[in-house]
Amino acid sequence: MILDLQSVSDSVDANFPDTILDIKSFRNETTLLIKKEGIREVCRYLKNDLDFKFIVDVTAVDYLGMKTPRFEVIYYLHRFGSEFSENVRIRLKVEVPEVDLRVLSVTPVWTGANWLEREVYDLFGIEFIGHPDLRRILMPEEYDAHPLRKDFDVRDREASKRCFERELKEGEDGAS
Amino acid sequence: MGLNANPLLGGDGFITTKLGEFANWARKNSLWPMPFGTACCAIEMMGVFASRFDLSRFGAEVVRFSPRQADLMIVSGTITYKMASVCRKIYDQMPEPKWVIAMGSCTCGGGPFDSYAVVQGIDEFLPVDVYVGGCPPRPEALIDAVMKIQKKIEMQGAPIV
Ligand code: SF4
Repeated sequence: MILDLQSVSDSVDANFPDTILDIKSFRNETTLLIKKEGIREVCRYLKNDLDFKFIVDVTAVDYLGMKTPRFEVIYYLHRFGSEFSENVRIRLKVEVPEVDLRVLSVTPVWTGANWLEREVYDLFGIEFIGHPDLRRILMPEEYDAHPLRKDFDVRDREASKRCFERELKEGEDGAS
Repeated sequence: MGLNANPLLGGDGFITTKLGEFANWARKNSLWPMPFGTACCAIEMMGVFASRFDLSRFGAEVVRFSPRQADLMIVSGTITYKMASVCRKIYDQMPEPKWVIAMGSCTCGGGPFDSYAVVQGIDEFLPVDVYVGGCPPRPEALIDAVMKIQKKIEMQGAPIV
């Protein structure tokens, strides 16, 4: 079993030479920039062959006005081991352009990614292809905005109010 | 109210009062709170119910988690729009007469959360009787609010049926 971060990134790079666009190492943190189409394959390899059994988090960043492509989806993976040095955490990034907000879901690889991807979908509007149940998770289901996008006004309560009023009305109809 | 203890009447005597005042006297001394705690303020509310501050001294110790048996709703904590409809539904299920305390800055006016998800004051959808400021308010402040509700019941009362 390969143990340290360096050999992990070397091994991924050797197996997926065209999929890995960039490898960054900074203060013992390794970040792999991955081609959008290849994310699920790399994840499957990391899980099955390199023992990254745990998906810590899936999140996204909106770089509106700072760079293109606008979005980045970020995955944190962790490998547990009995030795301290066997515990390795790695970060994967996928760039997502505004014109095509679709990314392959990794829920088929780790079931635990289900809700994490729903959260990213809810707050950023990024669609995960192959997700078994892609619904909003935090905001009301009929909510029509993506609050963590940089062009969303955080004080804009109109959409929330509309959902609330609809919910109230449905309650009244149900009671009568 | 008048106390009549004339020995000619026998026994310990009796009290004359108006039915409405009698009912309100009973109501104000046996408020049954419905705790609607959604955030940090709820911890302070628990403190009020527990032994150190002991709200039962004011007759309000029977905390009812069923709205059907409660007549005082204590909304303590941040109310989001998603939770607001739940809060309203629970309020609607409480039998009349009923009173509402808005506990904490969040319920009074949004508190520190000027954001897309948080209701800026529960009086947007509930009739509030007493507002308690503070983030969170001290237990004494909530006790004071309960006493204000008692005073309100005493002064204004509520229809008997
Ligand atoms: S008013 Fe302060 S203590 Fe109370 S729920 Fe809001 S943030 Fe928490």
